[in-house]
Amino acid sequence: MTGKIAILAALVVMALPALAGNITVKGSDTLVILAQKWAEVYMSTHPDVKIQVTGGGSGVGFAALQNQGTDIADASRPIKPKEVGDCIKAFGKRPKEYKVAVDGLSVYVNNDNPVKELDLEQLAGIFTGQIQNWKEVGGKDAPITVYSRENSSGTYEFFKEHVLKGKDFAANAQTMPGTAALLQAINNDPNGIGYGGAAYGAGARALGIKKDANAKAVEPNEETVLNQTYPIWRYLYNYVNPALDKGDIRAYLDWIRSDEGQKIVKEVGYYSLPPDLRTK
Amino acid sequence: MSETTSISKRSVGWMGLKRGHRAHPLEWLVEKGIFIVSLSAIVMVFLIFLFVAREALPIFLGTMNSASVQNVIPVADMGKLTPAQLQAYLGLTPKQFADMDDETKKALMEVKVEEAKEASKDRDAAVNTTSWRYMLRPFQWSGYSKPVYIWQPVSEIQKYNIVPLLIGSLKATLVALLFSVPLALGAAIYVSQLTSPRKREFLKPAIELLAGIPSVVLGFFALIVMATVLQNVFGYQSRLNAFVAGIALGLAIIPVVFSIAEDALTSVPRSYTQAALALGSSKWQAAWKIALPAAIPGVFAAVVLGFGRAIGETMIVLMASGNASIVSWNIFDSTRTMTATIAAELAETVFGGQHYRILFMLGVLLFVVTFVSNFMAELVINRLKLKLEGKQ
Repeated sequence: MTGKIAILAALVVMALPALAGNITVKGSDTLVILAQKWAEVYMSTHPDVKIQVTGGGSGVGFAALQNQGTDIADASRPIKPKEVGDCIKAFGKRPKEYKVAVDGLSVYVNNDNPVKELDLEQLAGIFTGQIQNWKEVGGKDAPITVYSRENSSGTYEFFKEHVLKGKDFAANAQTMPGTAALLQAINNDPNGIGYGGAAYGAGARALGIKKDANAKAVEPNEETVLNQTYPIWRYLYNYVNPALDKGDIRAYLDWIRSDEGQKIVKEVGYYSLPPDLRTK
Repeated sequence: MSETTSISKRSVGWMGLKRGHRAHPLEWLVEKGIFIVSLSAIVMVFLIFLFVAREALPIFLGTMNSASVQNVIPVADMGKLTPAQLQAYLGLTPKQFADMDDETKKALMEVKVEEAKEASKDRDAAVNTTSWRYMLRPFQWSGYSKPVYIWQPVSEIQKYNIVPLLIGSLKATLVALLFSVPLALGAAIYVSQLTSPRKREFLKPAIELLAGIPSVVLGFFALIVMATVLQNVFGYQSRLNAFVAGIALGLAIIPVVFSIAEDALTSVPRSYTQAALALGSSKWQAAWKIALPAAIPGVFAAVVLGFGRAIGETMIVLMASGNASIVSWNIFDSTRTMTATIAAELAETVFGGQHYRILFMLGVLLFVVTFVSNFMAELVINRLKLKLEGKQ
């Protein structure tokens, strides 16, 4: 009798770690490096919590949120009303949104390109295909090769909405499967121009961006992105089902937005949240 | 006579498979087991096609509508709708509607209002872009100066024209075939007809070793090394284009075409070549004028299989073709293939939405293209075989 109780107790004790926190995070490829670093550091200080991080794109994260295949959805763009509707149909409530970091989208050109700054209108013209030669924007007489991201990327959507103002990208824009591939292409192409998150900047040059033709050019760095003088910036988000927003998951989300979590944001290369958005 | 009938009756097995002896039970079991395994392979291919076609069915039937301009009912008027009207407006199944409480339905109505606010003021917003007219024929969208074929599914007005993708796939496959078929056929002729058996022993496996390179490695190699080299040699503008992707694809299909063509050439009866050599022809004359024409059915099958492989290849074109969906017959322009589109875009789509179903439709198209090409090849090969044997 005591033998049986002992075995039962042993089984329960062995099962306890499985009951402890197991958090799934899916979504944005822009955020995936940051999410992995966060998970690594958090798991080293909280050994009873297991966090799995996957990328795939902001859209994958939202699809998984509504299929309830993930606890937290990473996104580099705000959720769309249709996706909110699908979430409500799936689990009855709007997903809760948390801002977790700030990102500045840099516009990259080859290191040998004489052009150092552009304004937003010229950028829109280049990426929609209306401006096709570098000499129209002050460079040498060479055709512009436009590099873009795939349309599954939140970065693509953000750039389209905020810089192109909803217009289509040029049909002959070469789409690359990731920011690293995009930068590698620009490094090999003296006439290339592309965009990407600030964390990937090694090797190509980020242009200074002017709000309009008469403004001063602003380079992307921490100060200009946080005080929003750099025109192309965005928040990075985490979305969670409100029913799950408690216990281990709430603790993890609070930690991400605390000073500790935001220190890691700086190390990875993004920009940390301003103090008023952090958890105390 | 009656004795033979009784023996044959006894040994008639399941489905009339005749044996010369009574089947050992284990043998019978193994035979049936293998039969079921082979049947299941066919059934699985069929089921895959069924699943893909089922997801794409609404597009074929034309029942999806992507027009974003629809009547919006303000949240305050929720009480004025009958339950049936509310369910239709919110787009819910009867079960979902019954399970939902009023708070949730109100939230959904608010979401509909937000959706309408974000909807485009563009004149094209009322167009159903998932209809076949917009998927196949050019159209002048607002902001464009002439009718064009545009594939830009992530946009305020989603544009789903598949013509650039079809042309992209065909261009890359054509370049691949033009590059690889002469090389592979030349190698097959050399290895099977012109070289000594000892050299053949190591040449054949060496060429088939190319088949062991993963396609992602070939794509990566094309992206980093081949693109730069080819651009320096030919001097065109786009570094990643159909030409680079086609060459890399060709490298991937050379082993396929080589293996089958070489097998076909080797299975030409030795008596043919020996007769030609005996009559005084050189090895090359015997190979080119006797062996190759005799092996034409097999060689044709090899080329068709190469085509099927090239059109279905994903990683190489995803990395090396530039993925720009333009309609142009210039092989030095970037191109976007159907396979790369599916691979790159499926992750973002909302399950069951229009973009999702159109990507599945592209999958059905790929299935159909490969199936039809294999089928036509079978017909042609049978005709050729009959001609060869009939003339004897």
